[in-house]
Amino acid sequence: MTRSFTAWLQAAPLAIVLVGFLVAPIIMIVIVSFWGATEWSIYPAFQFDNYAYLFSSEVTYRVFFATFKYAFITWAFTLSIGFTVAYFLAFHVRTQAMQIALFLLCTIPFWTSNIIRMISWIPFLGRNGIANQTLISWGIIDEPLEWLLYSDFSVILAFVHLYTLFMVVPIFNTMMRIDKSLIEAAYDNGASAMQTLWHVIVPLTKPGIMIGTIFVVTLVMGDFITVRFMSGSQKANVGRLISNDIGLLQYPSASATAVVLLCTVLIVIAVLLRFVNIRKEL
Amino acid sequence: MGAGYDLELVNLTKRYGDTLAVDGIDYHFKAGHYVCLLGPSGCGKSSTLRMIAGHESVSSGSVVLDGFDVSHLPPAKRGTAMMFQNYALFPHLSVRDNVAFSLRMKGIDKAARHKKANELLELVDMTKYADRLPAQLSGGQQQRVALARALVTQPKILLLDEPLSALDPFLRIRMRAELKKLQRELGITFIHVTHGQDEALALGDELVVMNNAVIEQAGRARDVWAAPRTEFVARFMGGHNVINLAGSKVALRADDVIVGQEGMAATVSAVEYQGGHVALTTKTETGEEVLALVPEGHFFESPKNPGDAVRLAWDEGRLHRLQA
Repeated sequence: MTRSFTAWLQAAPLAIVLVGFLVAPIIMIVIVSFWGATEWSIYPAFQFDNYAYLFSSEVTYRVFFATFKYAFITWAFTLSIGFTVAYFLAFHVRTQAMQIALFLLCTIPFWTSNIIRMISWIPFLGRNGIANQTLISWGIIDEPLEWLLYSDFSVILAFVHLYTLFMVVPIFNTMMRIDKSLIEAAYDNGASAMQTLWHVIVPLTKPGIMIGTIFVVTLVMGDFITVRFMSGSQKANVGRLISNDIGLLQYPSASATAVVLLCTVLIVIAVLLRFVNIRKEL
Repeated sequence: MGAGYDLELVNLTKRYGDTLAVDGIDYHFKAGHYVCLLGPSGCGKSSTLRMIAGHESVSSGSVVLDGFDVSHLPPAKRGTAMMFQNYALFPHLSVRDNVAFSLRMKGIDKAARHKKANELLELVDMTKYADRLPAQLSGGQQQRVALARALVTQPKILLLDEPLSALDPFLRIRMRAELKKLQRELGITFIHVTHGQDEALALGDELVVMNNAVIEQAGRARDVWAAPRTEFVARFMGGHNVINLAGSKVALRADDVIVGQEGMAATVSAVEYQGGHVALTTKTETGEEVLALVPEGHFFESPKNPGDAVRLAWDEGRLHRLQA
């Protein structure tokens, strides 16, 4: 009796924090998503109007599609860059001191805030920015490239810049656990470097790739600020839809969108977890 | 599988920076022998094996297999196969796919490579575990799979890097017998690195004892044991006393020491019952330790206790002069 009481007591602080700051707000959002709203008021109710409107609007589908597009393209770039960097760190850098030094180098951008890192792209990519001026002075282009800033290109560039490290860290971590004698065993069995990479390293790195994928996909799908800044408010994703609703004090509608987004992300993660068992990595 | 491939090491050297790991060794491994590379840790035996395998670059000298200098060929092109200390099985592949790995790398189709893998699993008696993952096998079973994977490449020489060190003592003795049996059946050369002299004696047709980056002594197992050439070999192989007699060092087998009424005076310092023998550690008047292995029956006719004075004798012909 006393033992189980102590156990409850030990589990209580975390449980209280989780209930208070995670479960309760989500329940609140779900409840509000059924409420009603007029131009000037919000009233408690249990109605499906918000969802009905959301699913009947063509904008919703377009914005969800854009969100998936950002997530997918960002994922593809962060994965290829992240895997390459992690591979280099784990297998080509010989000394551990050097590995740690280079790894810390990767984290330096994280010493400033997300928004500053984003905004610093603007003078670089702008119409008269460094990139355009340099390209013109080299004679590669005659007039400034318009698509460098306030476009899908700049949004994805910022996403890749912000989130590649979330791919590098878990992949590097998994790669460091690969027994080096497995690589030798592969060479001993006649595998070329590419074959070793494909048949030994990639399969053994899958859990790390999966964790990185979950990070990047959830971060990109939940983002709104990057899309707003880097597209100059010309592009939309689900996060911006929610943020606009909140700006207009349309909380019920924002909640309904948030619930749909949450479910979508959870489904994506559930599908990803079907492919790879990450439990032993945690 | 092939037989009759000689392996020759010519002035083989490995340097790590300023450290000499292997110092210009020459050795001729005759075909079809079970050879044990023996020595304390850091003596260069593993580096030697890894240079033969091609997992370590050769600083100078060469590895000559069947008349061809293979020193700079990649591991898989040499005709050697290596069995790793921790087996290095691919954890994401089934037992069968592990064994078939090298065939898959060569682009052999699935049916053919599985057929070949099944044959080798049969050889090591692991057929019924073919669909399991390595993590679901015991240490001994993993070792058999590693063996099958190494043999599937049809090597001329199998290199084993301390293959038994990860097993418990009981299993070690059983696997030892299986390795020996397999080598007889296949008739190819096995080169087995170990730091255990009992393992080396049990398995090796031939022993190569290394110390400080050079070969101290090599030869048939019985010759090395019966006639150690240096003090290091005598001490490392165990069962020998090294004593100073008339200004030079000699080796004397512990079971050749006769404890009786005449000979050199000594005091018993420890008595250890070992089953068939009793190990009697004694100290002579000059302060040297001499171990006598007395047959159990003989000992209990007149038991000795620590502190007792005894006399040690031996047949002069059994003394064995050591090189300085």
